[in-house]
Amino acid sequence: MLQVFPDLKGRYGDFGGKYVPETLMGPLQELEEALDQAMADPAFLEEYHHVLKEYAGRPTSLSYADKLTGHLGGAKIYLKREDLNHTGAHKLNNAIGQALLAKRMGKEKIIAETGAGQHGVASATVAAKFGLQCIVFMGEEDIRRQELNVFRMKLLGAEVVSVSSGNGTLKDATNEAIRYWVANCEDHFYLIGSVVGPHPYPRMVRDFQRIIGDESKRQFLEVEKELPDRIFACVGGGSNAMGIFYPFLGDTSELIGVEAAGKGMDTPEHAATLSKGTPGVIHGSMTYLMQDENGQITEPYSISAGLDYPGIGPEHAHLFQTKQVRYEAITDKEALDALKLLTQMEGIIPAIESAHALAQAFKEAPQMSQNETILINLSGRGDKDMATLMEHFQEEV
Amino acid sequence: MLTKTSFQGKLTKTEDLFIPFIVAGDPSPELTIQFALRLQEEGADVLELGVPYSDPLADGPTIQRAAQRALKSGMSLRKAIELVPKLREHGLEIPVVIFTYYNPVLQIGHEEFFQLLGENGVEGLLIPDLPFEESEEIRNRSEEKGIEFISLVAPNSDQRIKQIAEHAKGFLYCVSSLGVTGERKEMSAEALAFIEKVRQYSQVPVAVGFGISTNDHVQLVRNHADGVIIGSKIIRLIEAEIENIEKGRMDEALKHFTKEIRALVQ
Ligand SMILES: Cc1ncc(COP(=O)(O)O)c(C=O)c1O
Repeated sequence: MLQVFPDLKGRYGDFGGKYVPETLMGPLQELEEALDQAMADPAFLEEYHHVLKEYAGRPTSLSYADKLTGHLGGAKIYLKREDLNHTGAHKLNNAIGQALLAKRMGKEKIIAETGAGQHGVASATVAAKFGLQCIVFMGEEDIRRQELNVFRMKLLGAEVVSVSSGNGTLKDATNEAIRYWVANCEDHFYLIGSVVGPHPYPRMVRDFQRIIGDESKRQFLEVEKELPDRIFACVGGGSNAMGIFYPFLGDTSELIGVEAAGKGMDTPEHAATLSKGTPGVIHGSMTYLMQDENGQITEPYSISAGLDYPGIGPEHAHLFQTKQVRYEAITDKEALDALKLLTQMEGIIPAIESAHALAQAFKEAPQMSQNETILINLSGRGDKDMATLMEHFQEEV
Repeated sequence: MLTKTSFQGKLTKTEDLFIPFIVAGDPSPELTIQFALRLQEEGADVLELGVPYSDPLADGPTIQRAAQRALKSGMSLRKAIELVPKLREHGLEIPVVIFTYYNPVLQIGHEEFFQLLGENGVEGLLIPDLPFEESEEIRNRSEEKGIEFISLVAPNSDQRIKQIAEHAKGFLYCVSSLGVTGERKEMSAEALAFIEKVRQYSQVPVAVGFGISTNDHVQLVRNHADGVIIGSKIIRLIEAEIENIEKGRMDEALKHFTKEIRALVQ
């Protein structure tokens, strides 16, 4: 029997928990109680699945990448198409779940943090859809990098707050969102974008993202009659990866999480939290993180704003420690090459985040046999990355 | 009924406590010593010595800025603890509470951390992101070493108040309002009612902090609690002297700081 995580203290083995100021203990307790009730209420789950179907457009397809499979000459490659989800990434699955919960709790205002802007857009979208007020915290550096998404959020009616503390990236936006929540927790719901933060957030986000894995399993069994040999997903905070991995834990499929190696693992400019980080506390959770010898959190780097985070969800830390998932890291350049290959072979432009998962899978596929199978979580589409892609590929196209 | 609070026998008063908070290394370790001594002269009963952290979740912009200045001056948890005997050499007698976020403690490791606290004569410890449920081991180790582990209660602690208050050591830190540290304009009537409630359960002095920034606040808190904790306001007073300090007008800076503190707490 597989042990059920998290335990009652919100722990996944050595990781997780609630390392937060006393002022947040009350709101987290309130959230946990409301979440437990909602998840046990068939009417709530029915509404969540209904919105996923008729608003988000789920289930998303499972596509067989035939040309690419032939080109690489090894394992058969399938793509789980989260890029086809409304707003262009898996982030919406979680935003819908949490927004429905916020409404159920009678909270009319939501707060969100965002890096690439995908979670901010997903939050602004559900706020518009369900009639909630939305404030999105975003680092000033990310605001500059992701201009288009900032405009999308504003058009959707959200207020975007520029965060200048630290380096002005996702870590700092998350700090500021938590600080704002501490002061305004009575009538605000904090809608976290990944499987990070204090308990019960990592569990809640996983449970709202497991739809990816549940669908994939069903779809894969339909076409292949057996489970995939390997499943790949990129890991920033780790929500798309937990979403696809979770229903496969304990099965025969090998699970591979792909972190951002940025400019290289032998440089300080990367975001490979598990490969290079050490255990500690970040954003209320015991997990792996990037830090210096004095325990000061350091700034990560990745070309993809969505992977540019110095921590990782506590359940990933546990799966890493217990070797249930293998974690690899892919550089900016490898990701861009994989992005271009998929684009030109299959006519799908992936998000740069997702391209990290693709790159690792493309490395392994040729070494596998033709009757083996690979499933890749294509967590989002590349529209938001056009400015970055133009910088890199302008001369080649 | 208040038991005599201890801090290794160094604090015998149980009321009218003045507990200032400053950040070690803001703007330099040497000046931290000078400011601490002035605070003692102005009647401080316990010194909360903050350790700068890159990601201070419970702190507002003022203390964030202080942390940034202190990190630039090279401060760390280890150096902050080692600053305590230097404070003593210069004449600081009041007990010192090390205020640090949990992650730097983890990097030193519990065992070595407590050894450092012991060797350097630290009397108290406060870790703002280690709530009651996560703090058992640290509480036990603190008790073994005779170090007071300071607990916090907040206006929304509700049913948790009793449990936290009953385990409180040294003094109980009563967070006067929701939100991060920083100055506030007013103290609400609810805050006063909350303080009364906490006092029913506490065996140690109840000290109120977060947002105390005027002499009026101080007087009000004095009438309702056993102590007043002042952080952001003092840090802003230090910040206001930075120009003087940079221009080498040290005496003027310290004199002006002392005058402002006196006006705040008299
Ligand atoms: C398309 C896409 N994939 C992946 C991520 C990384 O987040 P996570 O690791 O939580 O899935 C993001 C984050 O913004 C994203 O936009």
